[in-house]
Amino acid sequence: MKNPRWNPYLVGALIGLVCILAFALPGKAPGMSTGLSQAAGACAIPFLGSEGVAANAYWSKPSHRPGWDYSTLFLVGTAAGALLSAAASGALRLTSVSEEWSSRFGSSRALRLTGAFLGGALLLFGARLADGCTSGHGISGTLQLAASGWVFFAVMFLAGSVTAALLYRRRA
Amino acid sequence: MTPPAFLTGEPLLWSAVLLGLAFGFLLHRGGVTDPDVIVRFFRLRDFTVVKVMVTALTVGGVGVLLLRETGLATLQIKELNLLAVCFGAGLFGIGMAVCGSCPGTGLAAAATGRLDAMAALAGMMAGGIAYALAFPWLAAEVIPVGAFGKVRLPDLLGLPEWACYLGLVAMTAGIFRLIARGERR
Repeated sequence: MKNPRWNPYLVGALIGLVCILAFALPGKAPGMSTGLSQAAGACAIPFLGSEGVAANAYWSKPSHRPGWDYSTLFLVGTAAGALLSAAASGALRLTSVSEEWSSRFGSSRALRLTGAFLGGALLLFGARLADGCTSGHGISGTLQLAASGWVFFAVMFLAGSVTAALLYRRRA
Repeated sequence: MTPPAFLTGEPLLWSAVLLGLAFGFLLHRGGVTDPDVIVRFFRLRDFTVVKVMVTALTVGGVGVLLLRETGLATLQIKELNLLAVCFGAGLFGIGMAVCGSCPGTGLAAAATGRLDAMAALAGMMAGGIAYALAFPWLAAEVIPVGAFGKVRLPDLLGLPEWACYLGLVAMTAGIFRLIARGERR
């Protein structure tokens, strides 16, 4: 199989360029978690009803209302871009358990998917509480020298390193 | 000063799709959609994430500085609500180490056929719903604690703008040197 990876410094520089274009043209800093929260609002409609979602104090904010807008279409683009890259390099295939995970927790698919689900719940809850994720705070925030972005990055790295050290500790 | 609106209406929405397309493509090409790469980043065994992020924010930072100087863009600073940002980032870091992805790389990884990333996305929907339901309480009790507003490092450090950007570039050069030295071993 071809190695689809490009030089990470080149990729970083090009992502920086995407950020510059995003500030210059639509005037919107790249971010992920606002759009994902809007998607969560759409997923909540079967449980809360569309009136329930519309009346929610969070989803009724203009930029958080579930629907097709800049934030949610950016997500569509992101998914399509990754799909395109994977398809072009022959890396498109169904997998569920990564190497690091299986070397520590075994190859149980159910365990991996349960862990990923719980981790995902923490990811978006945390991102909404902090008002941004690795994109909105970690790249868009830090590059504008926003204090919130740098604080987010530092605490996220600390919490992630401690968690990884505990999770992947070798049993004696 | 109002930001110049080059794009509105339908072209604005198309720009979202196209910029997203480039972003997702690059996340996959950079290798950061691989959960092993994220886990090894937190275990300090793989510096791909550092290389990608630090380069992106330095190139983007200098570019956006130039745009701002020429009046082509305005900053979009998020508020520093200290308790909410710290607590949120803490939960986020735990989730990121468990999933091996963040929201952006998780979405991109799911699109390439990773079922664990799809499970993470489903979890994100659950977490997003939980957050919206808890929002009235959080907005009253947590978010106002340590609210500093839209502060930037130059305000906080009392340093001029140029010195902070110089510091950013110097930090980047230092990190690149450290990585190069570490990888030579």
